[in-house]
Amino acid sequence: MDLWDVLELAAWGASALFGLFIVIDWIRTDSTYSEDMLTSSREGELEAMTEESHRG
Amino acid sequence: MAQTDTTEHVGLARVLGPAHVWALGVGIVLVGEYMGWNFAVGKGGAYAALMACWFAGILYTCVAMIDSEVTSTVAAAGGQYTQAKHIVGPLMAFNVGLYLVFAYTMLEAANAITVGFLVDTVATMSGHEGGLDQRPFIILAIMFLAWLNYRGVLATLTFNLVITAIAFTAIIILFLSTSGILGVGEMNHAALMSGQAAMPYGWLGVLAAMHFGLWYYLGIEGTTQAAEEVRSPARALPFGTLAGVMTLAIAATLTWYVCAGLMPWEYLGQSGVPLFDAARLSGSTFLMVLLGIGTLFATLASANGCINDASRAWFAMGRDKYLPGWFGAVHPKYRTPYRAIIFLVPIALIFALGAPLDQVITFSILSGLLEYTFMPLNIILFRRKWPLDTIKRGYEHPFHPLPAMVLLGLCGLAFFAVFLGYGTQLVAMIVFYIVVSLWFHFWRYRFVNRGAQFTMPWPKPRGY
Repeated sequence: MDLWDVLELAAWGASALFGLFIVIDWIRTDSTYSEDMLTSSREGELEAMTEESHRG
Repeated sequence: MAQTDTTEHVGLARVLGPAHVWALGVGIVLVGEYMGWNFAVGKGGAYAALMACWFAGILYTCVAMIDSEVTSTVAAAGGQYTQAKHIVGPLMAFNVGLYLVFAYTMLEAANAITVGFLVDTVATMSGHEGGLDQRPFIILAIMFLAWLNYRGVLATLTFNLVITAIAFTAIIILFLSTSGILGVGEMNHAALMSGQAAMPYGWLGVLAAMHFGLWYYLGIEGTTQAAEEVRSPARALPFGTLAGVMTLAIAATLTWYVCAGLMPWEYLGQSGVPLFDAARLSGSTFLMVLLGIGTLFATLASANGCINDASRAWFAMGRDKYLPGWFGAVHPKYRTPYRAIIFLVPIALIFALGAPLDQVITFSILSGLLEYTFMPLNIILFRRKWPLDTIKRGYEHPFHPLPAMVLLGLCGLAFFAVFLGYGTQLVAMIVFYIVVSLWFHFWRYRFVNRGAQFTMPWPKPRGY
């Protein structure tokens, strides 16, 4: 087993860790907050030129 | 379900500046300089590749100008999808949204495949025997970048800024080192590009090269996806996008100059990593390592930007109920469209692990080309419905409608060039979009938030 075989195993392990973090946080977030809050984002609420969009 | 909300509302974080916009656009594209563009040389020789480079440069300058004007006004996640929704109509918006998601997810998969190939190449060069399993490195690239995107947009695009800047600097250093500006010049254009080698397949070869000319710039329009997360959309988006297309025009020309001056067209046209090969031919270990790192960074930056952009488009469609509203969720702590990011991970993995690279790339390019065809129609309608004196724009592009007409003409030519090489895929792709359009029209549209989706405080369009 040389360095590259070790790196292969490390890559599998790191991939699993990143995946695990995402899934655990996803489940925790969905069970902690209400669906209404999570989907409360609305387009245009951050519109930069709201008050200036009409010229005439 | 526990109700521990401290706020009742959550949206994307407005934390980005013009440099992040530049990093998003250039980061997605720069990998095209490191690999892919050179297939244009294989189609028609080095001169054809240069013509394709500048031809595509005009096309993308039009794209950047048009995009900058519309996006500085429609400053919301979803980019061209949101533009289409406000300016053309729901069916166009649905299609454009899918073009975006397909183009970026396929490109992400192609980049991950390339990461696996690069690691395998380094392993072989370092004396590893028996071959390397590329799959863990492909999966790691996707999982790491998905995790980064999940954790927040500021860290994601700051990471992109750093690695993109390094990859771009590597091209500059290679040019300075091999062109004779610093040290001894190694260019041999006259011998490599004369006689039969000048234009080996004539003007038909030039036409066929156009397809791969898109590689120099494909993805710069992705800057618009940051619209809802930049601090000053009216300033940052035009600045970042136009600076990005200028950066790419410089990088593309330097890349062509170095590679065409070091390698015969027969070899360059088939090279997997042309800039890295050019560095190897220079005989400098420093340049070889630098361009090797540049290739890897450019690939990662592209995949990273693709995850960012595809997830924003998917999120925006979910928020408007063009797709299930579940996808329109924002993470309350990281302020990212986390469900859209998660959903696209397995799709990218399936394509990265199960589909051939050239097919994945072709579907990405075709979706991008359909998107560019929409843009001239979009800007013409935008100017007609809301002339300059009715809505304040962050940027007004000059010579309208000339850029739109040029872009439309160039798209037609690029479609023909693609048809010459990938006619079956082109037809299959168009059939796919017709089928999903029917599904949207006859089924999905009933769920759309028809009133709530038009959020821009604009006056009524002229003529309505």
